[in-house]
Amino acid sequence: MAEQYRLEMVGVSKSFPGVKALDKINLKVRPGTVHALMGENGAGKSTLMKCLFGIYNMDEGDVFIDGNKVDIANPDDALNKGLAMVHQELQPVPARSIAENMYLGRYPLIKFGPLKIVDHKVMNAEAEKWLKDVKMEFNPKAKLGTLSIGQMQSVEIAKAVSQNAKIVILDEPTSSLTDNEVEALFRIIRDLKSRGVSMIYISHKMAEIRQIADDITIMRDGTYVGSWQVKDITDENIVKQMVGRELGNVYPPKDDYRTDEVLLKVNQLCSIHERSFQDCSFELRRGEILGFGGLVGAQRTELMEAIFGMRNIVSGEIEILGKRVNIKHPQDAIYNSVGMITEDRRGNGIFGCLSIADNTAISSYRNYTKTMVINSKKVDEVVKDSISRLSIKTPSDKTQIQSLSGGNQQKVIIARWLANNPDVLIMDEPTRGIDVGAKFEIYQIMVDLVKQGKSIIMISSEMPELIGMSNRIIVMCSGRITGEVENEEATQEKIMEFATKFDINDKIGESSKQEVKS
Amino acid sequence: MTAKKINMKDFLINNGIIVVLILLAIFTAIKQPSFGSFDNLKNIALNVAPRFIIACGISGCLITRGTDLSAGRIVGLSACLAGTLLQKPGYSGKFFPNLPDFGIWWVFVVLLICIGVCAIFGLINGLVISYLKVPAFIGTLGMQLIVYGACLVYTNATPIGGYRPAYTVVAKGRLFGVIPYLFLIALAIGLIIWFVYNKTPHGKYMYAIGGNEQAAEVSGVNTNKTKIIIYVTAAVLYALGGFLVGAKSGGSSVNMGMGWELEAIAACTIGGVSVNGGIGKVSGVLIGVLVFEILKTCLQYLGVDTNYQYIAQGIVIVVAIALDIRKYIAKK
Repeated sequence: MAEQYRLEMVGVSKSFPGVKALDKINLKVRPGTVHALMGENGAGKSTLMKCLFGIYNMDEGDVFIDGNKVDIANPDDALNKGLAMVHQELQPVPARSIAENMYLGRYPLIKFGPLKIVDHKVMNAEAEKWLKDVKMEFNPKAKLGTLSIGQMQSVEIAKAVSQNAKIVILDEPTSSLTDNEVEALFRIIRDLKSRGVSMIYISHKMAEIRQIADDITIMRDGTYVGSWQVKDITDENIVKQMVGRELGNVYPPKDDYRTDEVLLKVNQLCSIHERSFQDCSFELRRGEILGFGGLVGAQRTELMEAIFGMRNIVSGEIEILGKRVNIKHPQDAIYNSVGMITEDRRGNGIFGCLSIADNTAISSYRNYTKTMVINSKKVDEVVKDSISRLSIKTPSDKTQIQSLSGGNQQKVIIARWLANNPDVLIMDEPTRGIDVGAKFEIYQIMVDLVKQGKSIIMISSEMPELIGMSNRIIVMCSGRITGEVENEEATQEKIMEFATKFDINDKIGESSKQEVKS
Repeated sequence: MTAKKINMKDFLINNGIIVVLILLAIFTAIKQPSFGSFDNLKNIALNVAPRFIIACGISGCLITRGTDLSAGRIVGLSACLAGTLLQKPGYSGKFFPNLPDFGIWWVFVVLLICIGVCAIFGLINGLVISYLKVPAFIGTLGMQLIVYGACLVYTNATPIGGYRPAYTVVAKGRLFGVIPYLFLIALAIGLIIWFVYNKTPHGKYMYAIGGNEQAAEVSGVNTNKTKIIIYVTAAVLYALGGFLVGAKSGGSSVNMGMGWELEAIAACTIGGVSVNGGIGKVSGVLIGVLVFEILKTCLQYLGVDTNYQYIAQGIVIVVAIALDIRKYIAKK
């Protein structure tokens, strides 16, 4: 007799206008296992999960839970059938309490005849219990917005756990967690597994898959490639199946293009917030890729955003090419030949409803403007040139950027800054949520830039990427620069040592209270 | 076959209101042949002209996810200002009895005065919205009351009439005796606004702010400056609109322009300016204003009771926005 699957998806297809997003996908999840779902960005993993969860209606295909055919009409229906999903993009209500977020849509009620009242006492007590279950000691009455993204994610997981789901979908759950939080998450996952819960685990991180997953299904360009037991497949083979070709090196050949010229000098920069970055000093040389390592919450992003004029400082100086500059707004930074690719692509990177052309040219229009009129022909050239140079995959430069995959969106943002031709380009997690192929292309662009005498500051939480790409790595911990290593001496252990120099756990609760510049 | 059906459906969703309005206009023209007369069409065109100018002003606010509820009152203030300064020398109830009789150039000076005064209110709108971060809805709501109050204080609530011919001719005159000036002015404004929206960095920044304000900031767009320019420009256009409306009707009072901002917002939305920001075309604004004006005229010609006309207009606005939203929500 065939093995009984907890969840079976057979021959699932889904089309959007102009694209076949899924083409006859199969997914079979055994009870009490973690099933990794892998594929490049745009392979259709999230779409498949949205179909499963009733957010999209599938065009074709069947879903079986414990051998019974089910029809999932909407997310509410999915929850009732024992499915829970931790979304890649969290969808919390930050102004309401943690407990209210966890019980949104299923508040415990007290009934007075026809009148129903939310039972806050039960809700808060239950929420606290489930939070404890995932080792998160928060006050359930605290506003969700006071937590860090990593902490919100933990709340989301606690919520999924609290729903007593048979099948939990985890869509890139670790992308914004600290190592401690990842460990905690894995403990929870193992615990759930032992209780017979099945999990679908979407991730790009090979090490995690090895650590936590039992089975693996690989998708490519909306098609089904195959399923394996994790122990039967090598990392190389996984990558090969995902990209459909052999990948040579993960990083482009590393040459040192550094010169002695100091492009950017940061001196004793202090944030207006006591618990953000303090007394940060460093130098960036022409032709250098300077990596910034550290744990989530080390205030690397905040430091870079301050250099770029997005946050306020109380003291400290920034020198560019030996000249002291006063940067109060990103505009000032751009005038001083600094560019920045932010971490939150959707939040402050792309203009979703605008075209690729507009997205590319937005920060360089002033360069193509004569007496207040834009030279459209010139802009057109620049846009077309970047699309081909960065091999951005799009039907046309008039396409809305929101219809592109994450990797292509990121390339458009890189194109935006290349059009500005800055000397210093700050890249905050430049390859987050981007598939292997596009990652390599972005690395190649970075190397080309330093070859041309530009300099790059790269924040990355991916240790291999940091070591693989940087000439030099500066490590931060709790808002301070705690160490610096040359590439030849860089090891994961060394970076980790600097990154945990201060007891970060003391600060987790507090750092979440930090406000962004208003 | 199926593909065709789907296209038809998409077409109806995208242009439903316009299709319905064309059908309504044809129906009206059949029932009341005078609806299709040259005089009536000209009338509609003349009504559309100032409203289009005002809607152009408000479209910039809408594209940046803002709004401007003070528009109508600024129109009224401009009409009153112009009226008080441009009365006939011999008129008995003159607002400024001792105002000397300047030459014809005085009309232009008054236009500039109207624009200048209204631009100050627009500037305040812009400053409040950009630097004080007051939501546009609230900031301009306050301004609506302030401007109305200012207008009451200024005019003492007395109606103004007896305009100089040199002023009324702006609205009633024609180039070569054929093309109304009003029409030409609206056309010129439309072209200028189109140019600004599509060919200048300011226009691009405006769409960018509407698309994603934070991303615009990070891209080096001076969002505050851009928004201030938008609200000042809007006020300037309301001033011009009010000046023309005053000339057209030959008199004004504090109630002039009341509620016009809502009509203009509705027209913009019908014309495809997305209330979610980042999207909108000048041609769309023109279509929206036309549709709204034709609707009103049709209802009048069909003899619909004035009270019911409001209900019909309300329904059209809601349906138009419901259809507009359909275009942008993700297809499942």
